[in-house]
Amino acid sequence: MSHVLSLIFAPGFFGSGPVQVALVTGGIVAIVSGIVGTFAVLRGQSYAGHALADISVTGGSGSFLVGISPLWGFVGISVLAAAVMDMIGVQRPRGRDLATGIVRGAGLGLAALFLYWDATYTSTTGATITILFGSMFTISSSVIPVVVLLSLAAIGIVATLYRPLLLSSVSADLAYVRGVSVRLAGALCLTAVALAVALSALTIGAILSTALLVGPAATALRLTNKPGLVMIWAAIIGLAATWLGVLLAFDSFYWPPARQGWPVSFFVVALVFAFYLLAQLPALIRARRA
Amino acid sequence: MFSGYLLNTWTVATIAAVVAGVVGFFIVLRGSAFVADAVPQGAFAGAAGASLLGINTLIGLGVFALIGALGIGWLGRRGRHDVATALALVVMLGLGALFLSFSVEYAPEIYSLLFGELFGVGTAEVAPVAVLGAVSVAAIIVMYRPLMLTSVMPELGEARGVSSYRIEMCFLVVVALATSMTLPVVGALLIFSLMIGPPAAARSVTNRPYLAMCLSVIIALVTVWAAIALSLMTNWPVGFFVGTFGACCYAAGRGWAAWRRRRAVRDDMDRPLAPQPVSQN
Repeated sequence: MSHVLSLIFAPGFFGSGPVQVALVTGGIVAIVSGIVGTFAVLRGQSYAGHALADISVTGGSGSFLVGISPLWGFVGISVLAAAVMDMIGVQRPRGRDLATGIVRGAGLGLAALFLYWDATYTSTTGATITILFGSMFTISSSVIPVVVLLSLAAIGIVATLYRPLLLSSVSADLAYVRGVSVRLAGALCLTAVALAVALSALTIGAILSTALLVGPAATALRLTNKPGLVMIWAAIIGLAATWLGVLLAFDSFYWPPARQGWPVSFFVVALVFAFYLLAQLPALIRARRA
Repeated sequence: MFSGYLLNTWTVATIAAVVAGVVGFFIVLRGSAFVADAVPQGAFAGAAGASLLGINTLIGLGVFALIGALGIGWLGRRGRHDVATALALVVMLGLGALFLSFSVEYAPEIYSLLFGELFGVGTAEVAPVAVLGAVSVAAIIVMYRPLMLTSVMPELGEARGVSSYRIEMCFLVVVALATSMTLPVVGALLIFSLMIGPPAAARSVTNRPYLAMCLSVIIALVTVWAAIALSLMTNWPVGFFVGTFGACCYAAGRGWAAWRRRRAVRDDMDRPLAPQPVSQN
């Protein structure tokens, strides 16, 4: 029995400090992303989420420049970008993607400049890789309280606005008639998305954090229709993908070709996608039979 | 600035701008900004894979852009389109992360793939880029009428026997082609600014499609040339200028449209009230 266990969990898995930090932060972030992501998917804001994730690269690279923790850069810039997107009108369906894309392009342009300065003026090599693709095993344990605090903020927004947000996601007109401020609800929801994306930028990297936001929620929406249950399922799926990803990355240390471990982010993304495809299967089989 | 080894850059950038202007017009018209964003970004993984295997980057880019475009089209049929796009994109990016972790010397190379590199264009790359560019513009010209129809009125298109799914797939392939050639110069993360900034500005100036397309090509050309020139002068990354100019184009276009709308309203108010014609029957 212990032999089988040691095959699954490579020796030293539970004793390793970085792994513990990765499991804790990764887990928290996955749960938050799943819950917030449910609304992002319901409201058709996958693109906004992805753009916010991309833009957080700007914050990450800027924070390397001034020498603060990248987390603050991620959070600050993506909340700011969410405000800009709301201002130039992402709440209208027509032209929404265009406005989102323009903000993203401008943000990434700045990121290019910051990364260039990072490379020339400060001697941080590898900043590009860390920011873009994350490095879960190098998170310092001191950020855990901040991560918890920001997670609570994101979940708090969604929990407070649960009913009006749900109503305005399903039918904006109905919500308006019932006296919901659709605009305000949308802006706050986008802020929650920005927080969630910034948090997962820390763990699986800025340009991959869309995976945790959209994937688990979309999979959960295939499994059930009840909004509360969707959130719970999304959190569970995200958590499973993250923890399995950490485990596989730890095990992959002796795998070919490089014998230096495969990136955690790759495993997390691949698992999220696999879950999504699996959830499609029943519908596919039903369609084949009919 | 125009010396020998930079001549390739200028040539490739010019071709790229023309193609981006033409293809981008339809991207804006069809509202498929997310797909246009996802395909180049995902294609970057192909470039990483190609450099790992030691084959031509352009091949890796092309293959991944095609897989990505077709995968998005296929997945988008079964479920929400934006979710499918997002997931296809992150899977490709995840693969990119994996490939990068295998290769040894990656940092500068990945940076140049993502954010563009002026000096990375060799003489051998000019011919394939020119061919790809010609093919994508030709494809747009051939598909012009059905593409226009399905963009503006998909229902009418279906009634006329034009399958909007098939047209969408063909269009995605063209986007993939256009992408893989633009990428080495401008960079994966910012091609998209070139593809939507200029066309969006052109669209808010005029409603006539041919004129808008010409205008968007011109704006794209000016954007790219100015970006390269400024990048050479300041030594800052070319992507920064492309992204900023793209946003400026869009802002200028929106400002212009808003100003014209306000003037139209004011003209209406100033007009003396004419006696209303009484209907005869």
